[in-house]
Amino acid sequence: MIHCVLHDPEDSVAVVVVEGVKSGQSLTGLILDEDRTITLSCTQDIPLGHKVALVDMAIGDTVIKYGVDIGKVVAPIKAGQHAHVHNIKTKRW
Amino acid sequence: MQTRFSGYRRENDRVGVRNHVVILPVDDLSNAAAEAVAHNVKGTLAIPHPYGRLQFGADLDLHFRTLIGAGCNPNVAAVVVIGIEEGWTRRVVDGIAPTGKPVTGFGIELHGDHDTIMRASKAAREYLQWASEKQRVDCDLNELWVSCKCGESDTTSGCGSNPTVGNAFDKLYAIGSTLVFGETTELTGGEQIVAARCRDDKVRTEFMRVFDRYQEVINRHKTSDLSDSQPTKGNIAGGLTTIEEKALGNIQKIGRKCIVDGVLDKAEMPTHAGLWFMDSSSAAAEMVTLCAAAGFVVHFFPTGQGNVIGNPILPVIKVCANPRTVRTMSEHIDVDTSGLLQREITMDQAGDKLLDMMFRTANGRLTAAEALGHREFVLTRLYESA
Repeated sequence: MIHCVLHDPEDSVAVVVVEGVKSGQSLTGLILDEDRTITLSCTQDIPLGHKVALVDMAIGDTVIKYGVDIGKVVAPIKAGQHAHVHNIKTKRW
Repeated sequence: MQTRFSGYRRENDRVGVRNHVVILPVDDLSNAAAEAVAHNVKGTLAIPHPYGRLQFGADLDLHFRTLIGAGCNPNVAAVVVIGIEEGWTRRVVDGIAPTGKPVTGFGIELHGDHDTIMRASKAAREYLQWASEKQRVDCDLNELWVSCKCGESDTTSGCGSNPTVGNAFDKLYAIGSTLVFGETTELTGGEQIVAARCRDDKVRTEFMRVFDRYQEVINRHKTSDLSDSQPTKGNIAGGLTTIEEKALGNIQKIGRKCIVDGVLDKAEMPTHAGLWFMDSSSAAAEMVTLCAAAGFVVHFFPTGQGNVIGNPILPVIKVCANPRTVRTMSEHIDVDTSGLLQREITMDQAGDKLLDMMFRTANGRLTAAEALGHREFVLTRLYESA
């Protein structure tokens, strides 16, 4: 089963695509463009559609998805944690 | 790929896939009469809306362009226009008349609702029976104008339903179709990707001009970073965090190969085949209405969390890759591409699945939104009334 997908191998976050992902679970991630999978573990419950961090990120770091900038880190994020509006903000507006 | 479909060839040689007789109010005051006519003459379609009084300048021009464009749409066989007074009613009738389709108008002042409804109902009945004898004819695929806009997006939109539209758009572009995308603000963070896809410097300059203009509107009126508006509450619930992330998902709809051939103003009709960018609101019903007014006859609408939108004259095909939405809101979804996220189908197969539904819709299958009676006809306003 695919638990999460990455758009680009350089992405720092992946999208959870199944319901019920729990803390401590080992996840299979599909890299869409390359049709190859990676394995990671998550350390928080993550809802369907939400993102799991693939690397540790510090405040001010740029978050990469689709291989490009999707915003800045505003609270530290560890690999395996839930990455969303509580720790990432837009750089625009 | 299949290259033929059955459509209604109109007097001006454009091809539609529906055969509506529309009762078109010019203004809010005329909605009641328009709806009464549609009630009297079963099978006609009133498209009420809340505007049309005291508008001026570019905002008024857009109002007329949208109403006239909706009447001109080849999915419409004939039009009965009703306005509070004769002058602006005549302006809408005269705007639709060059298509060659039957169109007539009625002003309410000096007559009242009863007399207007009676006279308009007689015209509507004649048009409906005339239209009911129109037959579908064999048409070439490149005569089918296809628009796209996504809504209630989530992260599955960017990895599933939007690239499905992109795959279908790449295939349609290759055979010379006329296509459109828009949502100016929802390109924020991905605008350089779109700029790089523009046909030439002229198109690129025009695209960046309309993009920068819209950013200036946001910056002038914003009171925050637009959290909860862009991305919306629904987007955020679905996992989208920033406008940049939403935009990059949005852009998947223009595929990998399409070139942006030109830029359109709101409700403006394309002048040749290719992929067009329409400077538009990102609100679903506004954008789809503008596509209908620009002459598009089938619409691709990817959704993640489950936007339920439809349009009275433009069939809206919903495509969704979120397995929970497909399960919990199945009556709204025409094409399920959730298999993409489990590698059960390829992107190429997903695109073909959408194209198959496009042919079925063009040939007459009612979309989920049509079956459920979704007829959101929403006019874009540019500023306050006079």
